[in-house]
Order: sequence, then C-alpha cells, then structure tokens
Amino acid sequence: MNVLSLDLMTALPEIVVLVMAMFILLLDLFLKPSNRFLIYVLTQLTLLGAAAITILTHSTTVTDAFNGMFVDDPLADGLKLAIYLATSVTLIYSRAYISLRGMFRGEFYALVLFSTLGMMIMVSGQHFLTLYMGLELLSLCLYALVALDRDNPSSTEAAMKYFVLGALASGMLLYGMSMLYGVTGNLNITGVAEALLNGAPDHGVLILGLVFIVAGLAFKLGAAPFQMWVPDVYHGSPTVVTLFIGSATKIAAFAMVVRLLIQAMFVLTADWQGMLVIMAVLSMVIGNIAAIAQTNIKRMLAYSTISHIGFLLLGFLSASLNGYASATFYILSYVLMTLAGFGIILLLSRQGFEADRLEDLKGLNQRKPWYAFLMLLVMFSMAGIPPTLGFYAKFTVLQAALQAGFTVLVVFAVIMALIGAFYYLRVVKYMYFDEAEDHSPITAPVDMKLVLSVNAIGLLILGMLPQRFMDACAYAIIHSIQ
Amino acid sequence: MSVGLSHYLILGAVLFAISVIGIFLNRKNVIVLLMAIELMLLAVNMNFIAFSHYLNDLAGQIFVFFILTVAAAESAIGLAILVLLFRNLRTINVDDLDRLKG
Repeated sequence: MNVLSLDLMTALPEIVVLVMAMFILLLDLFLKPSNRFLIYVLTQLTLLGAAAITILTHSTTVTDAFNGMFVDDPLADGLKLAIYLATSVTLIYSRAYISLRGMFRGEFYALVLFSTLGMMIMVSGQHFLTLYMGLELLSLCLYALVALDRDNPSSTEAAMKYFVLGALASGMLLYGMSMLYGVTGNLNITGVAEALLNGAPDHGVLILGLVFIVAGLAFKLGAAPFQMWVPDVYHGSPTVVTLFIGSATKIAAFAMVVRLLIQAMFVLTADWQGMLVIMAVLSMVIGNIAAIAQTNIKRMLAYSTISHIGFLLLGFLSASLNGYASATFYILSYVLMTLAGFGIILLLSRQGFEADRLEDLKGLNQRKPWYAFLMLLVMFSMAGIPPTLGFYAKFTVLQAALQAGFTVLVVFAVIMALIGAFYYLRVVKYMYFDEAEDHSPITAPVDMKLVLSVNAIGLLILGMLPQRFMDACAYAIIHSIQ
Repeated sequence: MSVGLSHYLILGAVLFAISVIGIFLNRKNVIVLLMAIELMLLAVNMNFIAFSHYLNDLAGQIFVFFILTVAAAESAIGLAILVLLFRNLRTINVDDLDRLKG
C-alpha cells in the first residue's frame, strides 16, 4: 500500500492534468457561451498547478514507479516544465485567434490538455507500452485539433494526411518494438538495455527492429526522408495548432528519442549513429533548399523545422553526454524560437485574414516597428546569427559533433546554415526595406503582446547569457542517463 | 512440417508489407487507407503474440490488448475525419487531396 502511494506521488502531475482535462470537458457542457473564459483560466491554472507539483516533487536521481513502467528523473522534470511553458504560451497566443474563428470551445482546451498529458507520459515512459500509450494519446488529440476548423477544406485535408502518415509511423515504431521484444524478451527500457548488454543473440533481427524504430521516430520528429507530412500539416492546420505541433510536441518526440535510442539501445550506438548521419544530412539539405522556394510563411517555417531537426540530430549522433546536453539545449531553444515566430503570425492575423504569406510581412517596420524588431530577433535566432540564442544552440551542437570526430559533417552543416540564412534574411528584407501594402491596424490582447515581447527578447538575452541554461541541460542529462 | 515461430513472423512481415504497399500505391479511396492502417496494427499483433508464446512471457499479449484498443480509437478518429473530408470536398479520392503543395 505504501509502495502504491509512493508510485502515485511520482505520477501526481499526470494525475492532476488528467482529472482537470476531464473536468473541463464536463464543465463546458454546463457553461453558457459567455462564460467560456472560465475554461481558458482553468486550463492555464491546471498547467500552472502541474508545474508547481512537478517542481515540488522533482527528483534528483532516477526514481522508478509502477514496476519500472514510469520514471521520474531530472530530464523528465525539466522537459515537462518546458512542455507546460510551451503549451501555456500557445494558449495565450491563440485566444484571440480562436475566438475570431469560432473555435473558442471547451473541446479545444480539453484536447490541448489531453495532448499535454500524452506528452508528459511520453517524457516519463520507461516501458514500450507507456511510451506507446503516451504517443497515441498525443497523436489522436492532434489529429482532432488539426481538423477542429470543421468547414475549412485545407485543414481537413491536412488532418487526413497527418492521420494516415502518423498512423503509419506508429505502426513502424510498434513493428520495431515487437522485434526488440522478440530478441530481448523484455518490454522495459532498462530491461532491454540490460539484455542487449549481456550479448544479443540475433544481431540481424535486432538491426531490423532498430531500423523500424528509427524510421518511426524520424516520422514523429519530422526528419528527412520521412518529412513529407510536415509542410502540408503546418500549412493546412489552423495557425494555433501549427504552433502547438511545432513547439510542445517536438519536446515529447525528443524525449522519446532519448528513451528509445540512448537509454534502451546504447549498445547499438554505432548502428544508429550511421542512420542518424544520413537523416541529418538529408534533413539539412531538403529543409534549407526547399524553404527558399516557399511563398507561404507557415510552409517556410515547416521546412525550417526540418532543417532544425537535422541540426538536432547532430547532437544525438555525437553519442556523448556533451552531445545529448547540446541536443537538449537545441530543442528547447528551437521551441522558444518557434513560439515567437508563430506568435508574430498570429498577431498579424485578424478576422478572415491569416497573414500566412511572406508578402503579408512587407513594410511591417512602417506599421509597427516594435513587432518588426521582434520578428527580426526571431529570424536572426533561427538563422543562427550571434548574439541570439539560435547561434549558441547551433554552436554547441556543432562543437559536440566536432569533438566526436564528424569534421566533414560539421563543415557541411555550416554551409547549409549559410544557405538557410538566405530565406530568414529575406523575411527581414520584406519587413524593413519594402513598402507596406496593407495598412490595417494591428490589434491584440495586452497579455499576448507582453508575452510575445518577453519571448522574443528572451531569445536575445538567453543568447548573450546562455551559461546557466546550458548548465541546467547538462545537469539534467548527466543525472538521468547512466 | 510443424508450424514454428518463423512462420508466424513471416506471416506478420507479409501482412505488414501488404499494408505499407496499400498505403503508398493506393490512389483511389481513403477508406482503403484506413483498412491498410488496421492491417498494419494486426501484423504487429501477430508478431507480439508469436513472440509472447515463444518466450513464455505474458507481457506481449497484454501489449496486444492495448494495441487493439488504440486501433479502435484510431479508426473512430480516422472515420470522423473522413466524414469531414467528404462534407468539405465531396470526394474521398486520394488523388483529389492536392490542395496543399509547394
């Protein structure tokens, strides 16, 4: 009994989010539409409460619960806090947008909370079953969120594509897991790691399983050659959902890579390293080259995501604690940049106008110099220009890859980053050197303006003082991965 | 000839291959895609059960229960999106899903 209560304490943040998500779903039925604001407040309070509990029950070592199916370690705590932050900021940015488009309903908030729960379970999963359940909870909610704008043919099409390819990815992941189960006789991450350490009987089947798992993970991360869903889904979804898919869910996918590749299959490092090298190169090439040809800014940011994932993989394939820490740093920086970038698009959109073409940014400096400056920071950060956060993120990842001896790959990555700078700087050119075609006023709630400013300025400040942030990432990795 | 583990694994692999081919070669109907996805999960189940029996370990069979449940939820959402698709586009032809590109 005592053991059970200890287990429940470990999973307390998840339990709180689950109960609140169900409560919000029910409460919405009894609320008058004019009181919907309450749902928004409750959702934010839930995230805040979960963050408080996560901090209070944080663990400085690896704590197993539920017979090793669930784990609480510094990495899980840190990533969960980042997920709450990203979700909460997404909700702040999205409130005005969804009320103007008739999506300000209880379902939206319930689905966001359920997908947050899915992400939390993925981050803390220590067993193939927990990881799979978390992943499916997240994915099923995301399919529904993409299709939430019911009368929009583009988002319905995006939802269908996302659904089919997402299900294919889950299927591949499961097939790989079944192979691993067959070889090791274990479904537990630590059990699989131990069994592999004691000498795997059948290397061929093992590699087959590994290939399927890497392919499934690459689908979820959006790494080439499994990136085909990313541009369509980013383009077709309502911008708030694109923001959510682009930010918070990437943290969960990152955690899954850590659990499956680094913790369960560290014995096979030499095997997955080669696969990640190919994926990193392809992602950087496809992402950076295809982004140049885009006229839609959501599509451009989708290709930019693919290239960022390529850089993230550089951190993983260094296969050192330093490399994993830099990958953690990279994914968190990327989330901050994405939040600010889509935040600006949401800020410029209004009733019946999406602001998703590159031309819509023309002359932003004449209209509102402050927002043009914020977007400038975001674009500089994504391109990796010092002294922004993006520069330091790219720098640490490249440094780790260099230490691991991937000199040619690092040179190639730098060339690709240079090519990528072109399309980011083109946005800056549109904002500062072109005449504005559209002079309608930019209106937004005060909280959104404030958070957006803090978010974008944070990219600059964290870029100049990255040490503590980097130390936190290193601490989480060192104390979580043995 | 007795039926051993490898026969089940080959059957699983064949089912999996059929479903992947079904997803990528199908150009006619979205419902066929949903069927292919279902088939893929069943192929995985076949693997899990075969291994579970062979290893004398129940965990694999329990995993299958969860996969079956998720598959049901997944097809519910897939069909819901399909209904929306038909309402908005008046077609469920895979080739007609070409609004988003670039």
